[in-house]
Amino acid sequence: MLIFCLLVVVIFSFTFDPGSEYTKEAAPGILWVAFTFSGMLGLNRTFSHEVDTGSIHGILLAPIDRGAIYLGKTIGSFIFMFIVEIFTLPFFIVLFDLNLENHFLQLVTIIFLATIGFVAVGTLFSAMTVHTKTRELMLPILLFPVMIPVILAAVNATGSILNLDEWSKILGWIRILVAFDLAFIVLSYLTFDFVVEE
Amino acid sequence: MIKVQQLTKIYNKQFALRGLDLEINYGQCLCILGPNGAGKSTFIRILATLSRPNRGDILVDGTSVFAAPAAFRRKLGLIAHATFLYPELTARENLIFYAALYQIANPDTRVDDLLKTVGLAHRSDDRVRTFSRGMQQRLAIARAILNEPEILLLDEPYTGLDQSASQLLTDRIVELKTAKRTIVLITHNIQQGYQLADKIAIFREGRVALECDTGAMSELEFQQKYNEIVTAGGKN
Repeated sequence: MLIFCLLVVVIFSFTFDPGSEYTKEAAPGILWVAFTFSGMLGLNRTFSHEVDTGSIHGILLAPIDRGAIYLGKTIGSFIFMFIVEIFTLPFFIVLFDLNLENHFLQLVTIIFLATIGFVAVGTLFSAMTVHTKTRELMLPILLFPVMIPVILAAVNATGSILNLDEWSKILGWIRILVAFDLAFIVLSYLTFDFVVEE
Repeated sequence: MIKVQQLTKIYNKQFALRGLDLEINYGQCLCILGPNGAGKSTFIRILATLSRPNRGDILVDGTSVFAAPAAFRRKLGLIAHATFLYPELTARENLIFYAALYQIANPDTRVDDLLKTVGLAHRSDDRVRTFSRGMQQRLAIARAILNEPEILLLDEPYTGLDQSASQLLTDRIVELKTAKRTIVLITHNIQQGYQLADKIAIFREGRVALECDTGAMSELEFQQKYNEIVTAGGKN
């Protein structure tokens, strides 16, 4: 995941002239392409190992609410993805010659919220597609359309941060991300049992 | 008492179970026999709450297992052909992980005892992927009885076992029978099933074709009845 994410950022950095206005406009999209594509690699593996070895049934047999399995998997995926993102961020800033001044924490907040939304839906969809033969293909096909609000909000908010806009300009995008996160965590928690049951 | 009522399961427009009715008393060992595709494993999967029926219900003391499945799963142990183990974890780590899921008190002591019981104490810190099929199945037995289940489900548990592992499993089943635990065993070995069970059911095409206590007929009579049902499609 990390290597793939860094590779995307490095390859795109060769394509654009560092520090130019055009680069500044394209940078948010590049960052989120790197994050979502590398995140997809991680999500594809959320359940695949356990399904391939059969140990998924051992967990499903446990006397626990299956929503807890969903939350555990979501938290695990979030931690991995967030670490990859935070590690990639300095490379991204340096390679694209970006000046964040004191807006670094705002960018981390946007990444944090968007990643929650991404893994909340991604974990549920990963459980849905893991039994299909073409699971690596099915997951992005199903997930990306649902992720449009998150990606739009994340790219626009990142663009505003790179333009050093006021906090108030980003607040609207943050509200969308928080609403999406809450809605899909609750929805996925409630439906996970039906998704994993045959 | 576990009461199975009109259990129906459809996979891709094919009936796996067709209104199956069955009763299992507490402390009873029920052996389910039948040809491939008769619905035996589907039934066990539904009973283990891994699958949901399209119609029908399973009642335990009058309450549907699907009303509070987590509480019902606490009473269950399942041994199947698949071991449900994590190959990258050691034998001990696997059992400790499952002990945590079942909130078992003093997990270290319990795990040590079980590893000794299944004869794997000397390999407890080795990764499961280095184990032979028989050793993995021994560990799967330990995993299944970790929570001291009131109801033990066994879906062709003897598949791939060597003689000593088979004997170990038989010993555990007999031990659990003596402790008045409820056992549901699926096997293709009629002799073995007949000797272990208190009650036998033959499944055919998603229904119970024959249900009787082992005392009701001799092993030979039962064998003849089984052949009659399976080959000629006879019904009780």
